[in-house]
Amino acid sequence: MNVEGVLAQLAALVAALVLAPLLTGWVNMWRAWLQGRTAPPLTQPFRALHKLFWKESVMAHSASPMYRAAPYAVFSCMLLASMIVPTISTNLPLAPAADAIALVGLFALARLFMSLAAMDVGTAFGTLGARREMLVGFLAEPAFLMVVFTASLISSSTSLATIVASLAHRELTILPSLAFAGVAFTMVSLAENARVPVDNPATHLELTMIHEAMLLEYSGRHLALMEWAASLKLFAYSCAGLALFFPWGIAEANDRVALAFALPVVVAKLAAGGMLLAVIETVLAKMRIFRVPEFLATAFLLGVLALLVRILLGA
Amino acid sequence: MHPLSTQVVNLFAAALLLIAFAMLSQRRIVTLINLFAWQGLALAGSTATVAWATGQSHLYYSAGITFALKVLLLPWILHRLIRRLNVKWDVETLINIPTMMIVGIVLVIFAFNLALPISEFSRSVARGTLGIALACVLMSFLMMITRSKAVPQVIGFLSMENGLFFAATSATYGMPMVVELGIALDVLVGMVILGVFLFQIREQFDSLDIHHLEKLKDD
Repeated sequence: MNVEGVLAQLAALVAALVLAPLLTGWVNMWRAWLQGRTAPPLTQPFRALHKLFWKESVMAHSASPMYRAAPYAVFSCMLLASMIVPTISTNLPLAPAADAIALVGLFALARLFMSLAAMDVGTAFGTLGARREMLVGFLAEPAFLMVVFTASLISSSTSLATIVASLAHRELTILPSLAFAGVAFTMVSLAENARVPVDNPATHLELTMIHEAMLLEYSGRHLALMEWAASLKLFAYSCAGLALFFPWGIAEANDRVALAFALPVVVAKLAAGGMLLAVIETVLAKMRIFRVPEFLATAFLLGVLALLVRILLGA
Repeated sequence: MHPLSTQVVNLFAAALLLIAFAMLSQRRIVTLINLFAWQGLALAGSTATVAWATGQSHLYYSAGITFALKVLLLPWILHRLIRRLNVKWDVETLINIPTMMIVGIVLVIFAFNLALPISEFSRSVARGTLGIALACVLMSFLMMITRSKAVPQVIGFLSMENGLFFAATSATYGMPMVVELGIALDVLVGMVILGVFLFQIREQFDSLDIHHLEKLKDD
């Protein structure tokens, strides 16, 4: 660990905290434009966070301390997740603490806290959302792991920083396995981030909602933390996808020139990804909840195929 | 051998496998036909790549035949057929799709293991793809077994021929021209006969569900 690494880590932290709500706002903006509505400003998520942080937080009488602790736990999980994913530099002092498998575990931990908190108060909606979230989660997790294993097989390491370093510096070869894994990853991140074919992020009080149903009881700063954590999750997933499949532009250790260019490159890549997400959300319809297992089974299948193609075809 | 051509053939092989899985899980007949056309396109592309990489000029012809027959002619006949049979928007109820997917994965692993010792002997540009070709054949079998309507069964039969053709190109640089022409003609004639057959089935039973064929005589 050196001064430069600590600085890179701090820069990644600030970038995650600032860019995550901006990314959410950017996606919302494009969604509005594509659907012919007047778009909210890019900084709308910040305004919402600001408003919520100054509001009073109301608790149910039946709420246990778990309920109070959950937003902080979820937020710190997501923050840690977005810090171990290489966004700007691969020289991260925190990166050895957790590899890609631990990253999946971090997301699972956050999901556990969220579901427990949603069931804690005992409302019907919260329980319903928590159950659905667990259904989606337990199907999405193996698919995500398969994607991670494919990338690990190619670069023979499970550490995200090493994966990025080795993927960005190989000679350009066509790898069908990575293409499969990329499609699988996209499907998993759509499901995990409560995006359109699986869940609609723009609904409140609808019978079909998943993510929002778990947040119904939260208010004030707790809700703000949960919303921010959701943005951070989208950010972490997007950055993980960029790191695995478009790793070019992420700075190596002791490469100051690349470090200067890394931030604009990441912002540009995220902007392109956000536009793509908005397009996906506009052209697809939300599917029935009973179709979700099929959707995620397809993602799992693609992940396994990627793994098989890598092992048996060497490509 | 140019490494790039091997990569491109591998890419086409992976696309073939992906399309085979998509066909296995597709409910709509129209989409199934389009997927079949895409599979033909991937097959023609891989054949042309092998031809370019090895300089075997007769493979260009077979790529051309594949393109004309499996991308243009057969899908067109099938589209016309389902329009005239009025089953264009038919949706088939399949048994549990995730289960089918898992069975498909098992088939792929089986095929890869089966092909591994065979492809050791092969010196061709894309010997690793033999397993994929075998997997495509097995999955078309699975599709024919699990479908209950007649048209998807015909498409399963045709896509099985795609898998066989891919195995021939990838393992042995294709069969002699005469054989290939013969097979192409056979597929075409088979398609026409099956088309007539489908009309007969529907005339007899008022439906294309082949479970009606299990009874030998009227009750």
